[in-house]
Amino acid sequence: MEQISNEKKLQEMARQIRRNIITMLAEAGSGHPGGSLSAVEILTTLYFQEMRVDPANPRWPERDRFVLGKGHAAPVLYATLAEKGFFSREELLTLRKINSRLQGHPDMKKVPGVDMSTGSLGQGFSASVGMALAGKMDKKDYRVYLLLGDGEIQEGQVWEAAMAAAHYKLDNLTAFLDHNGLQIDGPVQEVMSPEPVVDKFKAFGWHVEQIDGHSFAQITKALEIAKTIKGKPTMIIAETVKGKGVSFMENEAGWHGAAPKKDQAAQALEELA
Amino acid sequence: MEKVATRDAYGKALVKLGEQMPQVVVLDADLSKSTKTHDFKKVFPERFINVGIAEQNLLGIAAGMAASGKIAFASTFAVFATGRAFEQIRNSIAYTELNVKIAATHAGLTVGEDGASHQAIVDMAVMRALPNMTVIVPADATETEKAVFAAAAHDGPVYLRLGRAPVPILFDDDYKFEIGKAVVLRDGKDVALLACGIMVNEAMKAAEELAREGISARVINVSTLKPIDKGTIIKAALETGALVTAEEHNIIGGLGSAVAEVIVENAPVPLERVGVRDTFGESGKPEELLEKYGLTVKDIREAAYKVIKRKKG
Repeated sequence: MEQISNEKKLQEMARQIRRNIITMLAEAGSGHPGGSLSAVEILTTLYFQEMRVDPANPRWPERDRFVLGKGHAAPVLYATLAEKGFFSREELLTLRKINSRLQGHPDMKKVPGVDMSTGSLGQGFSASVGMALAGKMDKKDYRVYLLLGDGEIQEGQVWEAAMAAAHYKLDNLTAFLDHNGLQIDGPVQEVMSPEPVVDKFKAFGWHVEQIDGHSFAQITKALEIAKTIKGKPTMIIAETVKGKGVSFMENEAGWHGAAPKKDQAAQALEELA
Repeated sequence: MEKVATRDAYGKALVKLGEQMPQVVVLDADLSKSTKTHDFKKVFPERFINVGIAEQNLLGIAAGMAASGKIAFASTFAVFATGRAFEQIRNSIAYTELNVKIAATHAGLTVGEDGASHQAIVDMAVMRALPNMTVIVPADATETEKAVFAAAAHDGPVYLRLGRAPVPILFDDDYKFEIGKAVVLRDGKDVALLACGIMVNEAMKAAEELAREGISARVINVSTLKPIDKGTIIKAALETGALVTAEEHNIIGGLGSAVAEVIVENAPVPLERVGVRDTFGESGKPEELLEKYGLTVKDIREAAYKVIKRKKG
């Protein structure tokens, strides 16, 4: 599939991915809309502009890898993979149902295009470090991308992995922090503040970029910069809005893990028309 | 009898394995001199990763490397591998069926003086309970080397349980190790002694004592705890009618439990379990600990008499 370089087309794709997320969650009756919607532009840019992947050959050894650290945002990953052609859009409607490949959290054994099973927060980070290390060891030029939640970085394993990535100079690893400011129990700042995140990742030896996580231009630019940074991994702190694109979901912690009812989904799809 | 710790055999086997398989990588968490992975590090520094004191990350990185085509051997003490990093093993390794070989050393009471905080006595239970996990407990240096190669050839996760203390070499190079196969080391008809790890040698000695006393004891090395060799266990139950298990592990969840599960469903016979009696250990010399916690030849011999009595009763 051709990569998309036109911003307008990226926006159209992002809107379609948002529609997929709402539709599949409404059909599933459970799941995580808020943190899926906040990461749409990041995944759209990665899969339709940045990453070297082949939907016809999902295990291609030379492919770029993507690890969804915040595995509960599975809907945004599935919605993106379907649009990319890894499987059909119709299959999205099987999300969370018995005998489906689309588990509540991503399963690499079941879903073509999923590079790592995640769901337990923090574990994806270590896996992405392992992938980047293996790439360096084998002198391969594939890149590894990771998406972290800002609640997720409360996990101790995140900092073990961050330390290791810098120690091993993994400049083939680029992480995004989906900095939407909300977790299940409320604002991240109130539950257990991880701030200052920029200083923390810098202190851990990372190159840090700060962007608007809904701006394709800024995401693209940060990814370009990441490729020029040598000897360090890059952390792109993406300021995002949880529930982005659906008025009644935006900045509401309650939409972390609740699916829209039929009428709510209809309203959301109208807004995303 | 020459004595070699299974961790020493592991270190040497890794080097041989590394020479044969370029895709083998070894990871450690600041214990490479104790786990003996430093043998591999010396020969293949470019394929050795030290993650520092961070066991969760150790297993997570190993998973990521395995997902990228490596056969990853990850080593630390058994307590930390299976305790602190249990959920990393569960979700990133067992659930994913990735090619990570968790080679955990310093298992059991024979860690010795470091005390209970460092003595893994539930690792077999928790690893055995994980879907997709293969669990191997070698009895000596020879079996360890063969198990390392078998683990590398096996597609999927393996837990390899190794010890700190030197143990007698029981097997020569002709010994055949196969994942999932228990080995009858000595035939007998009155009772069967099923053991793993360091307790295999104790079971052999107990069988010799029993023989002098007129009792014919079969000794079976159940080095693969999972998948367990049901056939050999059922056959022993049917032919001897009385079983004793012996393990350097809590009696809950380990070899005794695994054997009990097999026989109650297939060939119910009396069973006595020799193991740590659901308590933590303490500091002491390995042999002192084995004696205090009931893991000696004498304990196996007494269990044999007890189970034979139950059979006749």
